[in-house]
Parts: sequence; structure tokens; C-alpha cells
Amino acid sequence: MKNRLLWPLLALAALLVLNLVVTPSFFSLRIQDGHLYGGLVDVLKNGAPTLLIALGMTLVIATRGIDLSVGAVAAIAGAVTCVHIGASGDAGTAFAGMAIALVLCALLGLWNGFLVAGLGIQPIIATLVLMTAGRGIAMLVTEGQIITVNNDPFRQVGAGFLILPISILISLAVLGLVALTTRKTALGMLIEAVGVNPEASRLAGVRAKTIIWTVYVFAAVCAGIAGLMISSNVSAADANNAGLWIEMDAILAVVIGGTSLAGGRYSLTGTLLGALIIQTLTTTVYTIGVAPEVTLVFKAVVVIAVCLVQAPKARAALSFRKVATT
Amino acid sequence: MLKKITTAASVIALCALTACGSGSGGAGTGSSGDTITMGFAQVGAESGWRTANTKSVQDEAKAAGIDLKFSDAQQKQENQIKAIRSYIQQKVKVIAFSPVVETGWDTVLLEAKRANIPVILTDRAIDSDDTSLYKTFLGSDFVEEGRKAGDWMVANATGPTNVVELQGTTGAAPAIDRKKGFEEKIASKPDIKIVASQTGDFTRSGGKQVMEAFLKSQPKIDVVYAHNDDMGLGAIEAIKAAGKVPGKDIKIITVDAVKDGMTALSNGEINFIVECNPLLGKQLMDLAKKVVKGEEVPARVVTEEGTFTQEQAKAALPKRQY
Repeated sequence: MKNRLLWPLLALAALLVLNLVVTPSFFSLRIQDGHLYGGLVDVLKNGAPTLLIALGMTLVIATRGIDLSVGAVAAIAGAVTCVHIGASGDAGTAFAGMAIALVLCALLGLWNGFLVAGLGIQPIIATLVLMTAGRGIAMLVTEGQIITVNNDPFRQVGAGFLILPISILISLAVLGLVALTTRKTALGMLIEAVGVNPEASRLAGVRAKTIIWTVYVFAAVCAGIAGLMISSNVSAADANNAGLWIEMDAILAVVIGGTSLAGGRYSLTGTLLGALIIQTLTTTVYTIGVAPEVTLVFKAVVVIAVCLVQAPKARAALSFRKVATT
Repeated sequence: MLKKITTAASVIALCALTACGSGSGGAGTGSSGDTITMGFAQVGAESGWRTANTKSVQDEAKAAGIDLKFSDAQQKQENQIKAIRSYIQQKVKVIAFSPVVETGWDTVLLEAKRANIPVILTDRAIDSDDTSLYKTFLGSDFVEEGRKAGDWMVANATGPTNVVELQGTTGAAPAIDRKKGFEEKIASKPDIKIVASQTGDFTRSGGKQVMEAFLKSQPKIDVVYAHNDDMGLGAIEAIKAAGKVPGKDIKIITVDAVKDGMTALSNGEINFIVECNPLLGKQLMDLAKKVVKGEEVPARVVTEEGTFTQEQAKAALPKRQY
């Protein structure tokens, strides 16, 4: 267990050291208007939505599923909230808007669960439906416009601070909650059992279908909260770009964290590290000034390297060569 | 695997979108004769500017009695190529599109040419040696927009000035040309330097995230040059969070002049906006009619645009349509 987390941890450390070398001020923190301000704080703030979505994704993947619709669900959440808030500036409207959005997201999660657990459609196909249709729904809600809002309580969700960014506090709270409910009760083991063999676990008395429904609803609600953070961060709902490709980032975070796409065992700490690596990578690109033309190649090289050092076969080959040359 | 997913995703998206397009066309769909059917492949709805552009095309098509098939490529070239191919199969009379990026269009445009469907480029150009692939290019002169921004910079610079640049989508014509025009003008003043330049993908979140990183990695930033209003608006948020005053501590130049940008300009948070006029629907429909009739059209039609200072924005804002 410890060993599995060692490599992602090293990768994260390596990225941070790279930043430190190129921009010595990267680690400097100061208090600005009553909150922490610095490069690391940005990583946490901008990584919060990815972390949250990756948490939901971890449980889905643990049941041998996958949820491609999270980006679209995030866009819907932002769109619904901003349209509801409109020109209003008071807290009540903001909270009502967010509540409506999250209930809607839970319903969308139920829909995914229905397709996967109820109808037995393969998860990748079942959630693809909402991935493509969801952005259309978000566009419909916003009528294709970018909806700009000016609501301070709503702004707090993604751009606010309680010394640390509120968004990362929310994500960490959800992480803690998931860790408690799945690791301190049998729920985590049941989820893993469903992932290893849904049929066997059903025969053993596990309510496999209920568990599958639950993880998809949870993933959708996580995506909804992440969507609120994304749109709150810029005080605007952008149906086209909010959460675009974030499902891929989330899946990558889960995989880098050592959870197998084949289902079964999962690691929440691994997912946390994975999400941080991905956001640090993005921030690194901006900070050290990688030219936009080579950004994707730079990211690809880092991701491939991280995946390779985690693959037992690749590691074995590397260490074999080391032994052979010495 | 991933390719399969994206392919499947775009096919589904495309089906949905073309269905929408023909649905909004109304009762006139399918009737041949005088009705001109136009296939329009839009980039996406990445900004308020683009939304105004879409609305202008849709409204003017209706006014001109043109049956419009509209598709949204969500900033992906492969989606746009698929949309154009489907228009060719549907045998539309004319295809108009705003290319997501500059290159890679030769094959699909050659298919359109072989099918005898004239192509009009709107708002963005393509980079191809074969100019027979399209009839005309209607749109802004992005290099000129960059020059206007550069002119203002040169005229308003006092002493050494560090500029950070928020570029548009990598490879997109407006990003390349606005950068080029700006650099051309500031080249005459060696104390104006672009110290950092990154892509913010023309979005607010992109602009904000990149600006946050710049504020930490660059010791001194005097001016932000954003290739569109939305990234500039994102940068304003980042500058405020850093405890600085946008428009005063750090000056901001943007391009586009959409309503949100103009509002920020009249509030003093942006210093100068170069206009990029999205309302080209009417000109496009006129050109389409001429092209379908086989009349000669100029190879390049430029839209009319100006610039705004803070005072001009205050005067122009109440009348702003988009």
C-alpha cells in the first residue's frame, strides 16, 4: 500500500522541485487581504474541482464502471445556478440556485445508475449518452450565452477564502467524508466486492445494484459541486467550456493514484495525489513558460513517465538494466 | 480507445446538432428551387463575441429567406470537418464556416469543390496555397487589430514596460495575427517587452488561471494584452485576488468589445479595447446569394471596426447589442 503511493508522491515532488528551480518564488506564501496567497495556493484552488470529480470517479471505477458524463454534469450545474441567480446579489437566491442544481445533478446520476445497473448497459456507453447530451442541456439552459453573475455569496464557492481557498476545503471535506464512510464501515469493502465480481457479490448477499446506483449518484453530485466551483471562480457560466475534458483529467488522476480501471481495490489518497499532480502540471506549464505549441507534448511526456514508473513491468525492466550494467 | 470515444461522441453530437439545425429551418426545409440552403459550421460558443456572431448569422439568414443548417464544433477541428462533410452529403447550395485553426482544411475543402459547393470563410482565414478552395473570406483583419492594440501601447507607455500576453487558442488565426500585429508595433520601442505569453484558450477560466501563474512568476507586470475580452475579464479577477487594482496598477488591453468587456472598460478595469465586429450575418447572406448565382465576389471582404477608450465605452455601452 505504502509502496504504491510512493511513485505518485515522487512525481509530485519532482514537479514541485522543477518549479522551485525555475521560479524560486513559487513556494513563497504571504497573507493578502486576510488569506494565503501564492503559487501553491493556486494549485490547491484550481485543483479542487478535479479532485472532487476524481473522488466520485474513484468509487465508480472501483465498481468496474466509468463515468464520462461528469464534465457535462458540471457544466449543467454551473448553468442552472447562474441562470437562477441572474441579476440577483443576495445569498438566498444563490443557495437556492445551488440547491436546485445539485438536486438536478443527483437526478442525472440516477439516470446514469439506471442505465448501468437497471438496464445493464456498459458504463462507458451509458455515460457517453449524458456526456454528449449534457452539454446540449447546458447550452439550452444558458441559450448559448455566457451568463455573467454578480453575486458575492456564490463567488465564495470557487473564488472565496477562509485563509485557504474555500473550494479546496470543500473538496477535502468530501474526501474526509468518503474516507470515513467507506473505510470505517463495510461500504468500501462492498464497493470493492462489486467491482471484483458483481454476480458473486450479489449471490453473497451484497445489494450490488443499489451500490452501483449510489456511486453514480455520488459521482454526479461531486461533478455538480465541481461545476459550481468552476463557474463561481469566474462568476460566469460557460456551457461550452466549463468542465470540458475534466472527465479525462479525473480518470487520469484516479489511474495515476494507483486505482485499477478493472475495478476492485481503490485508493483515495492516491486519487488526491493524482489530482494534485495534474493541477501542478498545468500550473507548471504556465509558471515556467512552456511555449503553448509544446504544452501538450510536455504534459504527455510527464504523464507517460508517471505511468511508466508505476507499471511493474516497466520498473522491472529498468531495475534489470541497472543490475546488468553494474 | 480514446479516439473511438471521441469519434462516437462527435458523431452523436453532430447528429444532434444537425437535427437542431434543420429543425429550426422551419417549413421551408427540403424544398428546392429558389430557397438557398446554407451549411454553417460554427467554431463553438466559446465567448460572448461568438454568441453574437452566431445570432447575427441565424437572424440574417431568416431575414434573407435562406434555409440555414447550423452546427457547433465545440472548438474541435475534427467536428468541423465532419460537419462540412455532412453538408456536402446533404448537397447544400453554399457552405460557410469559421475555421477553428488555420491549417488542415485542404482535403475537406477539395471534396466540397469537387461537389461544386462554393465555400465562404467567415471571421477566420485558413492557411493554404490553393486559393481556389474558397470563394471569399469575410471577416476582420486580425493583424490590424493587433496593430491598433500595439499603437495604443506605444502611445501610452511611460518608461520601461513589461507586458504579459494572454494568447487565444494555439494555432487559431486571431491568436497568431493579433500577436503578430502587436509585436510589429511595439518593436519600435525597445523598452516595451513581452515578458511572458501563454494560451488562455479564449476563455475566462483560462485567462484567470494563466494570469494567476504570471502574477507569481513575473516580478513586475505593467500591462496585460489579452487576445479577447473574456480572457481579460478572467485576468481582472486574478489581479484583484492579488490585491492589485486592474486598470491602474496593471493596465489591460483586450480585443473584441463585447458587452461584459465594455462594461469593465467603462468601469475603468480595462484601459483599451480594439473592436472586432461579430455582426457579419447580413454581409454573409449577401455574399452567399451572389456566390450561388455565380457572380464574381472580391476574394477578401473586411468588416468595419473601431477602437474604444474608457470614455468612448461609457458613451457606446447603452447602445451595445452584444
